[in-house]
Amino acid sequence: MVAQPSESIQEAYFGHEHLTVIEPARGWRALNFKELWAYRELFLVLVQRDIKVRYKQTVLGVVWAVLQPLLTMLIFTVIFGGLAKIPSDGYPYAIFVFAALLPWTFFANAVSASSISLVSSANMVSKVYFPRVIIPLASIGGGLVDLLVSTLVLFALMVWYGVGWSANLLAAPVLLLAVIFIALGVGTLLSALTVAYRDFRFVVPFLVQIWMYATPVVYPASLVPDKWQWVVFLNPMAGVIEAFRSAFLGRPFDLSSIGISLLTGVVLFVLAVAYFERVERRFADII
Amino acid sequence: MSDFSAIRVSGLGKQYVLGGAERIDESFREMLSGALMSPFRRLRRLQGGAAADQRFWALQDVNFEIMPGEVVGIVGRNGAGKSTLLKILSRITDPSDGRIEIRGRVSSLLEVGTGFHPELTGRENIFLNGAILGMKRREILDKFDEIVAFAEVEKFLDTPVKRYSSGMYVRLAFAVAAHLEPEILVVDEVLAVGDAAFQKKCLGKMQDVGNEGRTVLFVSHNMGAVKNLCNRAIMLSQGTVLMDGHVEEVIEYYMGGDSPNVREYVAESESSDPFVRRLNISQQQTVSGGFRIDKPICLSFSIETHDQQDLEVGLRITNMQGICVHHSCSAFMENAYEKDFSELGCTIPPYALAPGKYAVDYGLGKRNYQLYDRKENALVFEVEFAGTLSDKTSATYWKGICGPGMLRWE
Repeated sequence: MVAQPSESIQEAYFGHEHLTVIEPARGWRALNFKELWAYRELFLVLVQRDIKVRYKQTVLGVVWAVLQPLLTMLIFTVIFGGLAKIPSDGYPYAIFVFAALLPWTFFANAVSASSISLVSSANMVSKVYFPRVIIPLASIGGGLVDLLVSTLVLFALMVWYGVGWSANLLAAPVLLLAVIFIALGVGTLLSALTVAYRDFRFVVPFLVQIWMYATPVVYPASLVPDKWQWVVFLNPMAGVIEAFRSAFLGRPFDLSSIGISLLTGVVLFVLAVAYFERVERRFADII
Repeated sequence: MSDFSAIRVSGLGKQYVLGGAERIDESFREMLSGALMSPFRRLRRLQGGAAADQRFWALQDVNFEIMPGEVVGIVGRNGAGKSTLLKILSRITDPSDGRIEIRGRVSSLLEVGTGFHPELTGRENIFLNGAILGMKRREILDKFDEIVAFAEVEKFLDTPVKRYSSGMYVRLAFAVAAHLEPEILVVDEVLAVGDAAFQKKCLGKMQDVGNEGRTVLFVSHNMGAVKNLCNRAIMLSQGTVLMDGHVEEVIEYYMGGDSPNVREYVAESESSDPFVRRLNISQQQTVSGGFRIDKPICLSFSIETHDQQDLEVGLRITNMQGICVHHSCSAFMENAYEKDFSELGCTIPPYALAPGKYAVDYGLGKRNYQLYDRKENALVFEVEFAGTLSDKTSATYWKGICGPGMLRWE
């Protein structure tokens, strides 16, 4: 039997804050920000991993980050701009759609990546403890490089068409934060749902597709009658995408639409995190 | 008991819901309606609304306390609840009941190399894995050279680990884990990897961890390792603590030290392959209790050969510490492959085994071809010290793992 250590040894051994109590979880819990902060390095390492791995063993490498949105833009320009003659608020359709595709592609990739992130990290989840929410969070980071690269493409387009270049551009980083925020909400929710119900693996691709058409990406929000505009902006991505366009094309912001979208974005985020935290501790058992 | 314990587990329970048995549909109509309803049924099941008989306690009312600096082994058969206990202690899964208090920084190692990414280099994976195990970047940098040296992968640091041999992979994975410096370390059966030399190195490293005054909780099926590392062991059985005490006692109990002698094994069923019909162990004049150390002990097999040729019988004798004391096979018999195998025997010479309890495992197969029949713990027997007068010397106990008769004195 080991002798009881004295108080001072107790201090030396444990410091003070390292008392962990493990008990059955009951009810709703709040996000533990302190713990999340303590695990920030894991978050960074995981983001780093995703970025490093993204274009390993590809011939074109990061060129894909340029090609993907560029090709999508070309297709959309031909079909929606050329054939369907969708109006583009007086801007060249190519740049009109690219300014929206930029945040949308990032968002769509982020949502797809994070919704399967937990399931594809099943091994980590069932072998190591860390705040689970880090996994969907980190999976969003991998797309940031692509986003930066395609922003350069957009800048090139802006030079080519001679549009944009206003102080509005300064709002872009803030808007990016808003996109990340919304993607976090949707991603954490879907990742948690996918753990319990694998059906969501099949649902998410459709969801993303439908969501794109519900969002003014290939068409301007002005196409919707004024009376129903607010309904469009209940979709949190709608306001942000339109705002992105304003930022890059140099037209005035529509603050009320941004307001509605951000509000629903916040509500969504809070609900998503609450749900995630509630089911988090069951993950290892059912994953 | 006290406020100083490193880990205190009280009334711990963990309940799982078993994957429920599917209903069997009796008619086409039922099948059809069943198919329509099944998403709802499955939804209910996924949400955990299962009947009481589908619930199962992996752990129930587990209590123990571990003091700082203790190195404790957790033993038990498969399904005894060891892994569940470790998972709860590691906070991977939640308990259903009870409470655990842990004082100190905990690291748990349920697996080595968690999160290793095959596309990343050894160097990158060290940082990745370290972070996953909860090490700070600073710590990893400080120990980087040590980790690399321990893993013996200096030359391949910048090679993606998917090009590593499995040995290198495991060494690197363990090296990172071995350099964790928590106050409390929870380790699952991670030593069952790598080659023997590396395993030894890992055991050494683990021992250092114990000697540094850290609290270690160690789960393993390798009784030798448990005995080497731990001074105390807790045996789990069917989700409860069956025994908690000194490591030697617990291991002896675990290995069946209290189980009765089994002098005869009889096959329970016929087989179309060759099988051992009967195996028994005996000693002339010894009717009950243990065998005398100073007399030969005879093992005899009755085998249904089905006229197969080239048969071979393997034999393993294991002591209650789980150490294989002797391993042999019928190939050591003269003219082994011309003999009729239906009756076969062998003799343990006098003084070949030290006093103690032993279990016999056998295997029956065709040489270089196939294993037909095997049984662990087919027999259990005890060798007793036969007393000073009959026992040649005045020694009262032979301490070696092998018996005193192994050497030929001239």
